[in-house]
Amino acid sequence: MISTERQVVLEVRGLGKLFGDQDPGAVVRTGPELGTAKDPQGNTVVAAWDVDFEVAAGEAFGVIGESGSGKSTVMRMIAGDVTASAGTVRLRKRDRSRVDLLGLTPSERRALRIDELSIVHQDPADGLDLRVTAGGNIADPLTAAGWRNFGQIRERAAELLTRTEVPLDRMDDLVKTFSGGMKQRVQLARALANNPPLVLFDEPTTGLDASVAAGVLDLIRDLIESLGIAAVVVSHDFAVIEMLTSRCMVMQHGRMVEQGVTDQLLEDPIAPYTQRLVAAARA
Amino acid sequence: MTLVHDDELDTATPAVAAMPESTVASSLTPPEPEPVGILDEHAKREVRRAMLSAVCIPGYQVPFGSREMPVARGWGSGGLQITLALVGADDVVKVIDQGDDEGVNAVNLRRLITDTTGAEETTEVDEATVIQTRHRIPEDEPTDDQVLVLQVPVPEPLRGVERDMMELARMHAEADYARMWVSLYEDVVRNGVITKSTGYPCLVGGRYVMATTPIPRWDVPRLHQSPFLSLFGAGRERRIYAVPPLTDVEPLTFDDIPFEVERTEGATCSLCGATEAYLVEVPASRPGGEGRWTCSDTAWCRRRREQNAEEAS
Repeated sequence: MISTERQVVLEVRGLGKLFGDQDPGAVVRTGPELGTAKDPQGNTVVAAWDVDFEVAAGEAFGVIGESGSGKSTVMRMIAGDVTASAGTVRLRKRDRSRVDLLGLTPSERRALRIDELSIVHQDPADGLDLRVTAGGNIADPLTAAGWRNFGQIRERAAELLTRTEVPLDRMDDLVKTFSGGMKQRVQLARALANNPPLVLFDEPTTGLDASVAAGVLDLIRDLIESLGIAAVVVSHDFAVIEMLTSRCMVMQHGRMVEQGVTDQLLEDPIAPYTQRLVAAARA
Repeated sequence: MTLVHDDELDTATPAVAAMPESTVASSLTPPEPEPVGILDEHAKREVRRAMLSAVCIPGYQVPFGSREMPVARGWGSGGLQITLALVGADDVVKVIDQGDDEGVNAVNLRRLITDTTGAEETTEVDEATVIQTRHRIPEDEPTDDQVLVLQVPVPEPLRGVERDMMELARMHAEADYARMWVSLYEDVVRNGVITKSTGYPCLVGGRYVMATTPIPRWDVPRLHQSPFLSLFGAGRERRIYAVPPLTDVEPLTFDDIPFEVERTEGATCSLCGATEAYLVEVPASRPGGEGRWTCSDTAWCRRRREQNAEEAS
């Protein structure tokens, strides 16, 4: 029998990041009410503060906000590319043990990125080696995880490319010869290679034209549901958040201004900032 | 020193003609070899320390000072420094280039070593205490009281997949060799086989990936669990690494794609008749003629011919 209990994969508590002078006093002098993330009395930028959320298996959580709102910083702290100033980020691993991502050494974090946590970047060049074939890009995380059988690597790469709707006759072509949408599908295939419980999506369709983006979004939604992965989707685009996520939060000036069920939040926004954002998006 | 004006250069008189006769003669005659070493004792110690570290961490590239040698970097200066730091007057040195004791570079290095250290020279493996080589392990396997010194052009096995030194250091430190595997994967996809010939990447002692440069694949399996110590010296790149005796050296390959050594079906040494040796092709001497094969290890081949002649008589 399938358990209906919600399995929390990612738990973010009190996450915060100060850039510049690390003055904790800057926190009370910044925020949406004060209209700035930069401390007016010093050189501290409160890029993110008091960020709380959790994501369960098979669920996609959206982070939305304008440029400079702190959404990318939140993402990069979870990914480990930026060290956090405060908070905890707990990940439920495949073996069901839990680990605080913020307490890891760089090499432990890289090890985790092989099969526990993947990132799909806005720019395919950040997530792929464009001078390598589509199959080779998938072979990378597989060999990192210890795969040493050429036939099995080919089989798994073909399976993933089929899953992400990349024609198999392109498997042995260099990724730099691919279109933008196709590169993004290869990036998806690579991110899913070792069945990670958590995948972070950073503006996954921003560089694509509308019709291609729609196809990729359909695919991402389907993959999240069918594979039961927990996803965090960072985007400035309401259409992306609406299509992919069931819950989301809105960020402004480094703070979370609203969090809730995506449909509800978009239909009936409470925070004035969210109301303005939604109105602008719907106009 | 005499200053020469431009207008004087126009005259046909060569500058040397102005020098006294005796100076010309002495500058053209090679000086008598002096018994002093090329490396001073401090330099030898530094090289030996690097060698000891290398032996302690099999396959790890240990940085060392790499001093100027009387040979160009890239012409065996790394191997030469190791040999000079190892040998004394009671040693016997064999130097080969492509398996050949009589290669110009091998002869010059051998002379340099024996003249400056007082060591004896030999072409026979079993007489040598130190064997310095470029490109080959002699067909006769060295024993546990012999040291093989290899001249290395490119010590970094990951150079082809990464150029950033910091990233290379990180990859070795974390044993993150995924990108090396990707390059092997790409090779098989493109060519059906792993095409890497000399410098085949190997995992040493289950930990570090090492370039077996510049020996051919033929010799790679001979490093695995070998009785002798192998020291690799890269003078230009300032690195020393080692395979201690009885260490695992596993060529990187996929489970379902076996590692294979070079072999040409039907090739036989035209001099000694050997088939189970590393053979090299000698091009035809005239157009339209047929090339032939000979052993790359010339000393081994000569001994076989002598044995063949004895048996025939």
